[in-house]
Amino acid sequence: MLAHLPNWAFLIPLFPLAAFALILALGRRAPGQGHWIAWTGVGSSFVLSILTVAASLGREVSADRNVVWAVLGDVPISVGFRIDGLACLMLIVVSTVALMVHIYSAGYMHGDPRYPRYFAYLSLFTAAMLGLVIANSLILLLVCWELVGLSSYLLIGFWFERPSAMRAAKKAFVVTRLGDMGFLFGTVLLFWYTHTFNLQQVFGKIGGELPMAVAGIAAVLLFCGAVGKSAQFPLHVWLPDAMEGPTPVSALIHAATMVAAGVYLVARTYPLFWPEGHYPPVIFHLFGAGITAPLVVATIGAVTALMAAMIGVVQNDIKRVLAYSTVSQLGYMVMGLGVGGYVAGMFHLFTHAFFKALLFLGAGSVIHGTGRQDIMQMGGLRRHMPATFVTFIVGTLALAGVFPFSGFWSKDEILADALHFHPAFFIVGVVGAFLTAFYMSRLCFLTFWGEPRDHEVHPHESPRVMTWPLWVLAALAAVAGFAGTPWTPWVHRLLAPGEHAPALHPMVAGLGSAAALAGILGGALVYYWRAVSPATLIRMAPWLYTALKNKLYIDEMLWAILVRPMFFASNTASWVDRWIVDGFVNAVGYLTVLFSRLQRLVDIWIVDGIVNAVGWVTKAAGDTIRLVQTGRVQNYLWIVFAGAALLMLIGTR
Amino acid sequence: MLLPPLNVFLVIAALLFSIGVYGVLSRRNAIAVLMGVELILNAANINLVSFARFTDPSRLAGHSFAVFVITIAAAEAAVGLAIIIALYRNFKHINVDDVNFMRW
Repeated sequence: MLAHLPNWAFLIPLFPLAAFALILALGRRAPGQGHWIAWTGVGSSFVLSILTVAASLGREVSADRNVVWAVLGDVPISVGFRIDGLACLMLIVVSTVALMVHIYSAGYMHGDPRYPRYFAYLSLFTAAMLGLVIANSLILLLVCWELVGLSSYLLIGFWFERPSAMRAAKKAFVVTRLGDMGFLFGTVLLFWYTHTFNLQQVFGKIGGELPMAVAGIAAVLLFCGAVGKSAQFPLHVWLPDAMEGPTPVSALIHAATMVAAGVYLVARTYPLFWPEGHYPPVIFHLFGAGITAPLVVATIGAVTALMAAMIGVVQNDIKRVLAYSTVSQLGYMVMGLGVGGYVAGMFHLFTHAFFKALLFLGAGSVIHGTGRQDIMQMGGLRRHMPATFVTFIVGTLALAGVFPFSGFWSKDEILADALHFHPAFFIVGVVGAFLTAFYMSRLCFLTFWGEPRDHEVHPHESPRVMTWPLWVLAALAAVAGFAGTPWTPWVHRLLAPGEHAPALHPMVAGLGSAAALAGILGGALVYYWRAVSPATLIRMAPWLYTALKNKLYIDEMLWAILVRPMFFASNTASWVDRWIVDGFVNAVGYLTVLFSRLQRLVDIWIVDGIVNAVGWVTKAAGDTIRLVQTGRVQNYLWIVFAGAALLMLIGTR
Repeated sequence: MLLPPLNVFLVIAALLFSIGVYGVLSRRNAIAVLMGVELILNAANINLVSFARFTDPSRLAGHSFAVFVITIAAAEAAVGLAIIIALYRNFKHINVDDVNFMRW
């Protein structure tokens, strides 16, 4: 019976969707309620997801169902779901983190005037995200992709009274839309060649109806969508601003799941990037070197990983540090996929979802307990918030990649694949690992150790409904890595059943761990023992500090390269519209009015003149002739007799 | 019996007719106008009877016409007097010069 369960997987996204509709319908009548409905919806999805995954173990594809949604000419457009290893992995990640965040949110959002609406949006997001991970066709993928974008927009701008939140929501929506354009073009390109949206059918036509080079171009176009959604360079600028949303939202959407959707998209369409049994096709030449789709992916990922980690070092807002950390870690995943580490990239997505959600929820707990977001105003929270402290440290160790926490195993695997691909990527990865460890230890030491720097802050531990998910996620962050060690390669079996598990690479593991420990030590040196003051470090390279403080001027660059020309184009179009199009229309109008005036003159003086003249002549004639009519019978008789006499005279002549 | 020639009758009838026409056209009293009309009719009657006598006395067409005219004249007088009485009731006079309400 359990074997048939995956056929019912389409219910997984429908539970939260029903919760969304129900809360929307009831929200106004039940202020401060609604979390029970959302919990039930997500809880059902969680249970069904776990059962589905359990029933799917050992099978490559446990369900692939399609329904014809529309018919274009003679091409049926079918949508459906497919439960394979990748979908199973994502189902675990999304439903687990979503459930934890739903529970935590009840505490964090307590007392908010739009409490039910928050849970409605959160459920909508969960539904769309779960739909995204089981979708088997590009068109359904695109629909869910836009739906998660929509709910992200709604949740970033949840406190829309704040202008910054409003702007951040708009920015997130517009910037990701830039990438989504590529996704759409890629989808259309693939449909043009294969006449299907079904991914398995598309993959089956690679090298046949779908030439290799076209597949590579389509892959890069799809990757544009991933660049937008997963906040890769140069479209990463929206993610740090998205921290204006409620912190649980940052944890669920902007750390664990939605931003990972781009990585998931690349993994889902991986055969386009790296066709099985072939070397990736060259899609264009640059400086004499052939560029392939995976190389583009790996380069973007590496640039993002390094750049975001560097910026993260100088941020003072607790959520922004974590946001840049997320961008950097997404860069790692993308780089992992680009260098051929399909399993490594997804494994890192898996572990990162847990520890980054944990870190964000921990940060939310800190913000909830202190009312501050600036780490320079915190300090000494270790004593006041023990549960938050312990779980946050677990998350930090996992993110830094310290043995044996989960980040170590996945990062190690990406580094191994990077070394196999090209040493440059390996070096970027190790430097990134060092920076990651450094900014995370800086964050922890400034927040939890030392003495309180702002005495107006009275920190208190968060309620149980918030700490309980922290403990669960901390446990997962600690042990999730064991799902993919060289000795227990469950993730590898799930994602790539045929391939053998990777061996532990002593040099890679050693260098990675060394970088992590060096980063933590460096952080401790500066912010715990205070052996080196930050000011000394700044004096060493003031230009670098200024550039990093200004986020490497990427916002300004995008403004100059994209937004200004857009404004110029809009203004030009507006000018053309106002002066040429409108001018033409107005000229036609003026001419019509002029012609009408002329016609009016003709009408008044000629047409009306003739009519009036006829009337006037008639009247004048009548006025004259009527004088004959005196009304006196004798006058008439006079005329009669005179006439008769006249006739007689004429007759007798 | 000596029958005067036809011209005598015709001259008398013409005189009578002329007097009638004069009466009709010049009198202001409506009754006098009506009397003028009677004269004209009777002048015509004389003509009718005269021509009948001097052409073919055996045929009585002229005489019977005269009788018709007398009859019609009686009816005409009745209608005419009725109109005059109606006029009098409305205007308190029967001066035809002032009865011009039928114009236009």
